[in-house]
Amino acid sequence: MSAVLEVDGLRKHFVTRKGFPRPKTVTVRAVEDVSFRIAEGEAFGLVGESGCGKSTVARALLRLTEPDAGRVLYRGEDLRTASGAALKALRRRMQIVFQDPYSSLDPRQSIGSALVEPMRVHGIAEGAAARRRAAALLEEVGLPPAALDRFPHEFSGGQRQRIGIARALTVEPELIVADEPVSALDVSVQAQVLLLLKELRQRRGLSFLFVSHDLSVVRWFCDRVAVMYLGRIVEEGPAGRVLADPMHPYARMLRDASPVPDPARRAELPRILGEIPSAANPPSGCPFHPRCVHAMEVCARILPAWTPAPGEGQGGVACHLHG
Amino acid sequence: MSAASDSRTPAEAVAPPPPAAWKRALAKARSNPTTMVGALICLAILLGAVLAPWIAPHDPAEQNILDRLLPPGGDYPLGTDQFGRDILSRLLWGARISLSVSLSAIAIAMVIGGAIGMVSGYIGGRFDLITMQVMDVLLSFPSLILGLIVVALLGPDLVNLIVAIALTAIAPFARIARAPTLALKERAFVEAGRALGFSHTRILFRHILPNITSEVMVMATLWLATAVRVEASLSFIGLGVKPPTPTWGGMTRDGFENILDSAWLATLPGLAILLLVLGLNMVGDGLRDATDPKLRNE
Repeated sequence: MSAVLEVDGLRKHFVTRKGFPRPKTVTVRAVEDVSFRIAEGEAFGLVGESGCGKSTVARALLRLTEPDAGRVLYRGEDLRTASGAALKALRRRMQIVFQDPYSSLDPRQSIGSALVEPMRVHGIAEGAAARRRAAALLEEVGLPPAALDRFPHEFSGGQRQRIGIARALTVEPELIVADEPVSALDVSVQAQVLLLLKELRQRRGLSFLFVSHDLSVVRWFCDRVAVMYLGRIVEEGPAGRVLADPMHPYARMLRDASPVPDPARRAELPRILGEIPSAANPPSGCPFHPRCVHAMEVCARILPAWTPAPGEGQGGVACHLHG
Repeated sequence: MSAASDSRTPAEAVAPPPPAAWKRALAKARSNPTTMVGALICLAILLGAVLAPWIAPHDPAEQNILDRLLPPGGDYPLGTDQFGRDILSRLLWGARISLSVSLSAIAIAMVIGGAIGMVSGYIGGRFDLITMQVMDVLLSFPSLILGLIVVALLGPDLVNLIVAIALTAIAPFARIARAPTLALKERAFVEAGRALGFSHTRILFRHILPNITSEVMVMATLWLATAVRVEASLSFIGLGVKPPTPTWGGMTRDGFENILDSAWLATLPGLAILLLVLGLNMVGDGLRDATDPKLRNE
């Protein structure tokens, strides 16, 4: 299968200088070295704890923050070096759906205007034709066309998220970067929005980068999944394998911490050691070794290399246990 | 139309435009008696200024040597000055200067200062740091001193006066426009715009500007009062619009020469300044309270 998006060695550090008279430089290594590829029509999940850098990956891909290093290829075109018209054309191909539906819409802009504006900017449609398209998009995401003349404050969180999805669709993207698209919503609404995304994915043949901390959501939505820890991908593979039978101790810990609706398994309490370390001062060697129950002497010294998992297309893992 | 909207009355089916923040503020201000009194005062003075050519009983520059220093009453409702000019007519015409100078100065300051603050906050980084430090230097001068320097350098005339007062008000407008811009640019809708390929100009003027106007407008009302005061002060020390054009500050100063036997000469224009500044402050305070989110739910 051909890749829609190829990410190679993506890195993003945030540097702040604090203090007077001798400022100290603090480097937060939000994304250290991330590589993955998303195939045509695939939903690729990115999971991990808060602060592991998964949202930064999403934003750096779209150059909402400029990555420091690495290559991002969209169907072979380099996103990092694109500028001007080329970048604008690439942005049409990939869109983002945000986590917070309350800040993702301009409070002073009617829904109709918010949907028509991108079409005008990209020369897709104008005037009455654009309005018709906007109404059709609203229907596609499950809102009445009457919503066109309304303003964001008149809608609930779930409805706003639908509007945000419709806005992303105005430019007919092929890839949707969904940054925790349902984690700000009520559970009942989550299901509706997830169903909508899945439906859109099938109908429009969309590819997805799905960023989430919710394993059950990722298991349901994604084909492949990558587990991130402190700015690095520690395990990657088919969602079924990685989430059911993870190889990396961290991925296993995540799985065990995720609730399973089965009373028989209630007794097994997950073992969680400590907190995620600061990305400003990451541990030596394997970033996970201070919390790992299997930590060996080598783990503190050497960063584990990427090891393919047994079997074709089963992904891989970065862990000395499997090296 | 979907079934949901059909079940509504036609009036409801067409969604009302959202009450812009300043409209909400206006409605709120209307329920506050202080604001209403202030608005009434301002309106009365504005009306007097606009209608001056028709309602002034005399030519404000006409000297009548036989009627010098007459006390209020008779042919001259508010008396005459040392050249026999009608005080009421001069007050009405003086309101024109006061209002036109402060209104145009604040309009200029609002546009320039607002643009500086918005762009600076949006760009951020070192540019923002330097711009805001320049603004801080401007802010550290008292308005009157800054106005004085500018008028003294450029020479006293109407345009220079407006420039001088506008200059004193640019920095506060830059500050007031920058703060909400900093908050807005972190909102996801700005990022969504960038992801959709919108230019920075489009994001600034279509998405940030509409969201900061109410705050800037409230500020403008409050600074209008300061502008009136600065204009009067500069006229008082002789750096305002040149005589014989009537200005409230100039009239107050002229009246000082005869303050012991004709107290109304200095008192009446002083009172006019007081009333206008008071009125503007009452309106501004009311609007500010109405738009202040912390007070909104009271």
